[in-house]
Amino acid sequence: MSEVATKKLIAKDFATDQDVRWCPGCGDYSILKQVQSIMPELGRDKKDVVFISGIGCSSRFPYYMDTFGMHSIHGRATAIASGLKISRPELSVWVVTGDGDALSIGGNHLIHMIRRNFDLNVLLFNNEIYGLTKGQYSPTSPAGKVTKSTPIGSLDHPFNPLKLCLGADSTFIARTMDRDPKHQREILLRGSQHIGTSMIEIYQNCNVFNDGAFEIFTDKGSKMQETLFLEHGKPLIFEANKEKGIKLNGSTPTVVNLTDVNEADLMIHDENDKFKAQLLTTFFDNPSIEGHLPRPFGVFYAEDRYRYEEAMEEQIAFATSKKGEGNLDQLLSGSNVWTAE
Amino acid sequence: MTKEVEEKKEVTIVFAGDSGDGIQLTGTQFTNTNALYGNDISTFPNYPAEIRAPQGTLAGVSGFQLKFGSIEISTPGDDCDVLVAMNAAAFKVNIARLKKSGTIIINSDGFNKRDLKLAGYETSPLEDKSLNDFRTIQIDVTKMTRTTLEDRGLGKKEMDRSRNMFVLGFLYYMYNRTLKGTEEFIKQKFAKKPDLIEANIMVLKAGYNFGDTSEVFTSRYNVKAASLPSGSYRNIMGNQAAALGLIAASQKSKLDLFYGSYPITPASDILHELTKHKNFGVRTFQAEDEIAAMCSVIGASFGGKLGVTASSGPGIALKGEAIGLGIMLELPMVIVNVQRGGPSTGLPTKTEQADLLQAYYGRNGEAPMPIVSASTPSDCFNAAYEACRIAIEHMTPVFLLSDGYIANGSEPWKFPKSADLKPITPKFVGEKTDEQYLPYKRDENLVRDWALPGMSGYEHRIGGLEKEIDTGNVSYDPDNHETMVKIREAKIAKIADSIPLQEISNGAEEGDLLILSWGSTYGVVKTAVKQCNQDGLKVGHIHLTYLNPMPKNLGDLLKKYKHVIVPEINNGQLVKIIRDLFLIDAQGLNKIKGIPFSTKEIVEAIQQKFEVA
Repeated sequence: MSEVATKKLIAKDFATDQDVRWCPGCGDYSILKQVQSIMPELGRDKKDVVFISGIGCSSRFPYYMDTFGMHSIHGRATAIASGLKISRPELSVWVVTGDGDALSIGGNHLIHMIRRNFDLNVLLFNNEIYGLTKGQYSPTSPAGKVTKSTPIGSLDHPFNPLKLCLGADSTFIARTMDRDPKHQREILLRGSQHIGTSMIEIYQNCNVFNDGAFEIFTDKGSKMQETLFLEHGKPLIFEANKEKGIKLNGSTPTVVNLTDVNEADLMIHDENDKFKAQLLTTFFDNPSIEGHLPRPFGVFYAEDRYRYEEAMEEQIAFATSKKGEGNLDQLLSGSNVWTAE
Repeated sequence: MTKEVEEKKEVTIVFAGDSGDGIQLTGTQFTNTNALYGNDISTFPNYPAEIRAPQGTLAGVSGFQLKFGSIEISTPGDDCDVLVAMNAAAFKVNIARLKKSGTIIINSDGFNKRDLKLAGYETSPLEDKSLNDFRTIQIDVTKMTRTTLEDRGLGKKEMDRSRNMFVLGFLYYMYNRTLKGTEEFIKQKFAKKPDLIEANIMVLKAGYNFGDTSEVFTSRYNVKAASLPSGSYRNIMGNQAAALGLIAASQKSKLDLFYGSYPITPASDILHELTKHKNFGVRTFQAEDEIAAMCSVIGASFGGKLGVTASSGPGIALKGEAIGLGIMLELPMVIVNVQRGGPSTGLPTKTEQADLLQAYYGRNGEAPMPIVSASTPSDCFNAAYEACRIAIEHMTPVFLLSDGYIANGSEPWKFPKSADLKPITPKFVGEKTDEQYLPYKRDENLVRDWALPGMSGYEHRIGGLEKEIDTGNVSYDPDNHETMVKIREAKIAKIADSIPLQEISNGAEEGDLLILSWGSTYGVVKTAVKQCNQDGLKVGHIHLTYLNPMPKNLGDLLKKYKHVIVPEINNGQLVKIIRDLFLIDAQGLNKIKGIPFSTKEIVEAIQQKFEVA
């Protein structure tokens, strides 16, 4: 390709001429804005960026990104991205998916994509509801959730998405929220820098069918009390006046008052510690339960592990070095030839 | 002791035994050796779905049939001249197919009380007078093998595993063949286990020498090289030929091959073959399921590779939605269906042609797709190559239909030179101009241009929602939808301009009766029609390779015959399409037993038609 513009791209360069068609007030707008804003930071030309989505409200995303893109079928964006990444390892590939798309109909592809650790960025918009089909419960809706399809309450025990990802040996898991653009931007950047499958769960408010699902984490009044912002190497401290912390009681994390406990005795966040990451994913209590743990946001875990597509290239190089570049005529003749006169 | 050598023009042998007896390997080795002698050959492996069905039972019988000759061979034969039965169950399953005065080679150790009981015999069939019609050679293969290998420090089980080599050696003697090819094979197969190389070769030779020294034969047989059209040949199996066709298309189009698939019988051998050829830039991906396999192919095609997947009926059903996406995206990709008996899990290891309607109609919405079918094991190469050519040059998913019979069967293949293969030209966009790129703008064949990620200025979005004409933007406009459905239909129909006109495959060019076939029935219909022509019946044979669209002249050809019979290994599928497209009174001739037609069955159907007419 020719050496086109050296001018630095800006967020607007990544917007398309298509009208954005999410409901007014939808959390998706905030995510679109942040994704467009970090794009210039990738240092990649638009031509080398691909957004792939499945089906659901969030999956309209590619239409609004002036990159290459595919709005595919329900649950399969992960599988399509896998094939693309094997074929074109050099591309920056982003998967946009939702709780229904990734965790219900596409659950199988999600876990297999994760264990293969392609270098992909996955944005999992979690709104704990089916929006596009107008309000049925999703695999992340809490048990007892009253929806159109569950008038007496849902019987399903919900998925804990990041725990599921870690269970599939994810090399990068993080959580952020639509209502905190600054944090979102930071996490999106971190995810884009991670080499491997970056699983980013984004709490996203569906103001039409599940308004306020995450209010307790996003509302000014309760946010500081209910959330725990993770920082690598720092002790787990939360609450408006930073008066509360998490201490490990044996292997059990417990909320303590910093008036009673020394900071040095608190659990220290270590992104590279798989065991601690597992503990953090279990910080998933229903906030209405007495003595519950705060919900963590930030990068839970990051690990460097080989990428499937790189290993594939290595195998191709190995086979080629061993057998030489393929010769079609030799392949067609094989080794046992006879001649008819 | 020197023996007379008797010339044979063609011989059909059935090897039969327990599924753990190494029957497929024995048959394949015997095939390969005869191929190197220049015989024309057709093979038919027939084995149970269970890897190790209960030993000695009727359900566990594995068979390998081959016909080889010095004349043209188009089928693995109806009845056999020689039956090799390793046990009573194998005998029971196959004895009805032995010709009068044929030869049975019996492993007598496989006829003890237990074997007889498992096969459902009260008394040994070997003592039955009905066997007097045949020539029976009884050998205690187990004992002979063990004696050969005594003092080699091998356990009984290990020794017994070489029994098939004794039988193979014996047959090599009987048909005057060298052991060399099989010796080389054994050396490669057991490269890491030298003691097994020695053991297997010893038993192979023991079998050969037993033929020589025992008084079993008064004469040996010889089957001379066939007078095939001049050229270089190799023996090839259908799935292997399909794999080579895909690689050839990848090389000629200069698109790397991406093959995403999920293991399924009888398609898996394509994956096994392709993964050996990574030095051709072949990327094989064993996906987590059939849907992921298809979707990975879509991703690869979007990225500019030649995306291919293969499966069998149940897997194709799972891929259906994603194939529909491929149709909507108008990207090149090939979906191979190695058909097997259905519905549902059906008969995994048995053959059937029952997915033709699935290929035609098995998707939601109006979703037409080109369909190419393979006729013989070696023709899988041509069909795969053509499927790729159509996919790439017409920007569409294409179905390639094969089936278990030709996928596992083998025959000599006059392989082509790469330079003689048709060129394949991808429809990439040109250098970017100021003009806006419209992803769904089409050429005279209604084919859109292909722009890949990485091509500057061509950033665009595509998806499964209905496309606006030219722009490819999402459109719910009623007129647009109707027009797009018609465009997608016309685009596939236009492929008829780029495929060869239909030829009469064999026999009468007009007259009372036409046999119209497709897929793996080619060989048997060809043989049957030839036979009937020799008997003076004016019958013609048209064999279809292109099932959608069909060759433009097919309708005119069909009009040249009073009657049309469509033989299929299904309950009548092509016949429905022919009746629909051409409004003629085509009649089905159907067999739905999981096994191919015999020549006799086709001949009788033809004769009957002439008697009635």
